[in-house]
Amino acid sequence: MEFSELIKTATVEDVLLSRPGVAAVRGTLCITSHHLLLSSCPRGDLELWLLIRNVDAVEKRWARPQSCRCRRARAGGSPPVPGTPRAPRCPARPCPSSSSPCWRGRAGMDSSPPQSAQFRLVPPPRSGGSLRDTRVSGSSGTVTLRCKDLRVLQLEIPGMEQCLDVAGSIEALCSLDSVMLTYPFFHRPPGLRLQHGWHRAVPERHLQRVASQTSQWRLSSVNGDFGACPSYPRAVLVPAALGDEAVAKAARFRQGGRFPVLCYFHPKNGTALLRSSQPLTGPNRRRCREDEQLLGTVLGEGERGFVIDTRSAQAAKQARMSGGGTEPKSSYPRWRRLHRALERGRPLQESFARLVEACSDPALSMERWLGRLEGSRWLSHVKAALSTACLAAQCLDREGCKVLVHGAEGTDTTLLVTALAQLILDPACRTLEGFQELLEREWIQAGHPFQLRCARSACSHARGKQEAPVFLLFLDCVWQLSRQFPFSLEFGEQLLLTLFDNAYASAYGTFLCNNEKERSLCKVRESTHSLWAWLNQPEEKHKYLNPLYSHNPLVIWPSVEPQSIQLWQGFFLRWIRPSQHLDEAWVEIQRLVQGKNSSLQESTGKRLSQPLPEPSAGTENGETGTAGTR
Amino acid sequence: MEHIRMPKVENVRLLDRLSSRRAVVGTLYLTATHVIFVENGSETRKETWVLHSQISSIEKQATTATGCPLLIRCKNFQVIHLVIPQERDCHDVYISLIRLARPVKYEELYCFSFNPKLDKEEREQGWKLVDLNEEYNRMGVPNNYWQISDVNRDYGVCDSYPTEVYVPKSATAHIIVGSSKFRSRRRFPALSYYCKGNNASICRSSQPLSGFSARCLEDEQMLQAIRKANPGSDFIYVVDTRPKLNAMANRAAGKGYENEDNYSNIKFQFIGIENIHVMRNSLQKMLEVCELKSPSMSDFLWGLENSGWLKHIKAIMDAGIFIAKVLIEKDWISFGHKFNHRYGNLDGDPKEISPVIDQFIECVWQLMEQFPCAFEFNERFLIHIQHHIYSCQFGNFLCNSQKERRELKIKERTYSLWAHLWKNRADYLNPLYRSDHSQTQGTLHPQIAPCNFLYKFWSGMYNRFEKGLHPRQSVTDYLMAVKEETQQLEEELEVLQERLANLQKSQSGNNKVKSKQQDRSKQFGLYTSNNSLANTPQEYSNDLKSFPSRSPSQGDEDSALILTQDNLKSSDPDLSANSDQESGVEDLSCRSPSGGGCLPSEDSGKDSDEAVFLAG
Repeated sequence: MEFSELIKTATVEDVLLSRPGVAAVRGTLCITSHHLLLSSCPRGDLELWLLIRNVDAVEKRWARPQSCRCRRARAGGSPPVPGTPRAPRCPARPCPSSSSPCWRGRAGMDSSPPQSAQFRLVPPPRSGGSLRDTRVSGSSGTVTLRCKDLRVLQLEIPGMEQCLDVAGSIEALCSLDSVMLTYPFFHRPPGLRLQHGWHRAVPERHLQRVASQTSQWRLSSVNGDFGACPSYPRAVLVPAALGDEAVAKAARFRQGGRFPVLCYFHPKNGTALLRSSQPLTGPNRRRCREDEQLLGTVLGEGERGFVIDTRSAQAAKQARMSGGGTEPKSSYPRWRRLHRALERGRPLQESFARLVEACSDPALSMERWLGRLEGSRWLSHVKAALSTACLAAQCLDREGCKVLVHGAEGTDTTLLVTALAQLILDPACRTLEGFQELLEREWIQAGHPFQLRCARSACSHARGKQEAPVFLLFLDCVWQLSRQFPFSLEFGEQLLLTLFDNAYASAYGTFLCNNEKERSLCKVRESTHSLWAWLNQPEEKHKYLNPLYSHNPLVIWPSVEPQSIQLWQGFFLRWIRPSQHLDEAWVEIQRLVQGKNSSLQESTGKRLSQPLPEPSAGTENGETGTAGTR
Repeated sequence: MEHIRMPKVENVRLLDRLSSRRAVVGTLYLTATHVIFVENGSETRKETWVLHSQISSIEKQATTATGCPLLIRCKNFQVIHLVIPQERDCHDVYISLIRLARPVKYEELYCFSFNPKLDKEEREQGWKLVDLNEEYNRMGVPNNYWQISDVNRDYGVCDSYPTEVYVPKSATAHIIVGSSKFRSRRRFPALSYYCKGNNASICRSSQPLSGFSARCLEDEQMLQAIRKANPGSDFIYVVDTRPKLNAMANRAAGKGYENEDNYSNIKFQFIGIENIHVMRNSLQKMLEVCELKSPSMSDFLWGLENSGWLKHIKAIMDAGIFIAKVLIEKDWISFGHKFNHRYGNLDGDPKEISPVIDQFIECVWQLMEQFPCAFEFNERFLIHIQHHIYSCQFGNFLCNSQKERRELKIKERTYSLWAHLWKNRADYLNPLYRSDHSQTQGTLHPQIAPCNFLYKFWSGMYNRFEKGLHPRQSVTDYLMAVKEETQQLEEELEVLQERLANLQKSQSGNNKVKSKQQDRSKQFGLYTSNNSLANTPQEYSNDLKSFPSRSPSQGDEDSALILTQDNLKSSDPDLSANSDQESGVEDLSCRSPSGGGCLPSEDSGKDSDEAVFLAG
């Protein structure tokens, strides 16, 4: 298939782009196979690059000047201020004078890799001249692009036909199914080599580390050809006491072959966190000796373990009707089951959509806003996810018990809980590198179906069955942790935002496909670049670091009271709230910390550069030091 | 003290607000000024001190098998839940506290007995820290348009105004007196804020006694004079902070609002800030939400919405923004009714029981959240002020007016909070504040209409005694330490440079620097130790009873509840900056979740034995 077949119009002149909070730009629109490109006219000093994959929904509207809407919205706003030029013209638009720096600021701040949407400022910088006034007369259409990263772009396109063509082309391009046609297979960033960064995708390093800490677990290649479980990586950790044959049999008793594997070994007390999918007990209460054996050997003499089921007890019971189920007490007498119902699937997706809708509704009153926030239930999901992860962590760290986590398929809420629990328990996961490794292990390799779950974001009208923002929920929980423990994570909010953007639309292959098997079939590793390679370049990396970080060897126990759970404004209001003052504060924090570091360095340097008159003075304590002044 | 029926009760249990399972046993003491709870057993014998003046309500609940519960709610949002073994003791404590918490005479207030051991001069100095006249001078008055009037010399015109009032130069004593007679409680329009840049100003007054049709020539002249005091403007805004309906209803009582027809060149604007009764109820509702035991996210958000508190905060902010905007517009503005009480200076009056001052403080906090670099002070400063408004430990917030304060000789007999705060100012600084930062220049422009979501629940205030709820690493403290360290390093650098220069001259060394360096590492240790705060789990499940219900060391950590005698005498009882030092204690007391049959979600053995083994 040729991309050119899908592109009905490649170039459109005189297109007006407007976004909330930023001055409108007029320019020429180009549609390429993967990008939407708008370069401002007449000077061409500004370019918008939007990855078409980032488009979530395309809406068309006819010749309605957009200022009408603004006016209506304003009439419903706060007390009118007669004759005040500073009064906002449009609800989400700060005063025009500030929108120009805002634009530039955004462009500068836009630290996501250049694929999802980037504005390049070609010098000289434009003055924030108002282009809005020169509206095209005659027929024109408006195409509204709602992006997966929640940005909203409005394109005013002259001519009805052109407008339809543009909308049609974008729609066709953004819903391409084939993975091999996506941008990562074409993206060749300068300065990066293809193999770079993919070494991170190899789980063996972690596995070897665990194997060095304990002899109870061994690296198994039972899934070497993805035969036992198509959604597991080739190498997994299983109990050392059990042979591969038994493991393969146990796999057949678990949905999708996801037999219990080790995902985290807690060195402090030798306990372990395992995950799997539900056992296929079914209505006839089938049993599987090997599965019972597997879980049995995990526990030492007289030990008890916990099974944390991410479904309610009732839902777990109901799952038996469709062949699933849970570990019955009679067959697994040493495992105690705890049920923690976590939302998943369609309801979670709807919760996300409702919240995004509430956030972008400017006419909401304070009361209605809180009602809508509550009604979306998103924060309840955050609270539930965090609580369950804490429960798992508590069982491990405080009770010294082994924990098995599973829901139904074991690819969504299961991973949410295990990944969060590790972040809470393990200081190594809280570094930038460790976090990348955690994502790689617990999300990508562990078979979270990114392609299915992240196909659509909050604004899409398509009502797919597979989409669910589980990964976003994870990122939100991480953000909650970072808010409660501002020094304990080495990375900042910007990394979480970038990860979200890339999970939904990326120039890199890291989040492509649904599991390792698919990735290997599509040759993702051979033909695309790794996101990690991009992020870890020094000039990129510094954007994601938390200046306040200092290594915290302890377990971080977050508060899960409602008062402590906050809306992640940086994500949900990223394109809506004015961030200038907060950004300034962030810069100030960086300045303070860097100021310290540089003066520390300088003074250390000075100290070192000093000739050492008496070598003894350097090693002795202060008192003899002062004695040395004689 | 004749009011104390029961000076000491033993074996009292202090319950934890978040979890009934973490209770401590101790002895309760009632003193002339405080309720004191001393924990039994532990080596440290932790103490909880509560000033009587902080008590807002006492509730005796139905006696249970374990004793008689007594709930003490404080004005600083602390809630103390005691269980007293004997009902009779509980009753005595209850009766005593009811009396102690409602002093009838000012002299009973703590500030008259509080003695921070300062000499007379220091105390007087404290009262001079904030001088209103100086504040007005900073604004640029008196000048060609505004002057000090002595019309209220002996509080003859208005007893709730200070003796010195700024009024337009063209307003004669006759006009002022005439106008005052037409205003509620004779609060005539007087200058509140003057904007040097453009001659704009904010005046405030009470509502006019207009009824349905009454007029007052002098009052009209007064507003005219105010308008003329800004030669650049043709009209003034009169802002009535009430909802229009309330204002109209007031007309029936002979009060009301200015009629635009009678006053030339005024523009009238209602801003629907609800009255104090609505506000009080709203706060009450919100505090009930804060007190809920393990609420779900929905309970909390729904309760928050239902309380309407954030709506009121937003209404006030909108009003403030509107007025500020008008000021920028170089217009004149004169306030209607009670604005002083709502936005008023901190010499406001504590007896008017309503949360207006809390709301003002919260509004400042909301602004701080939006403009993190704009304020020189930090959140702790606001919380401490709020605490002391009700603590009555200092004389500043006593009485209803300057007149009463003078009569009581407050300045001679009590201490000033400002001096106290000033002494500890290092604790209250915002590390992000820089006088040359853009956010500190000129006016702030907060977002309005569409930004409801910017107004947040302030758990730092309303749940401030539930430390487990808050971020357990303080960015403010960290940055302050960083700042201080940087400064030390820079000093050290200077020394080193000097030394290097000297060394180059002669080869003699001195090791002064070394000791400096050690200071620094000590300092560094102070804030890195904050990390240990992270180390306590919370209650993560309501039903999993056998898990430790709450952060075990939270009780230890919660030194907000714990005051030592020294603290009390000298500085802030509750809010020491380093209060969290001792946390991070490992919890060893957790019980096993496998203990007992309290695992409700456990599959109750319904799996029958007719299981079929999977073939293969």
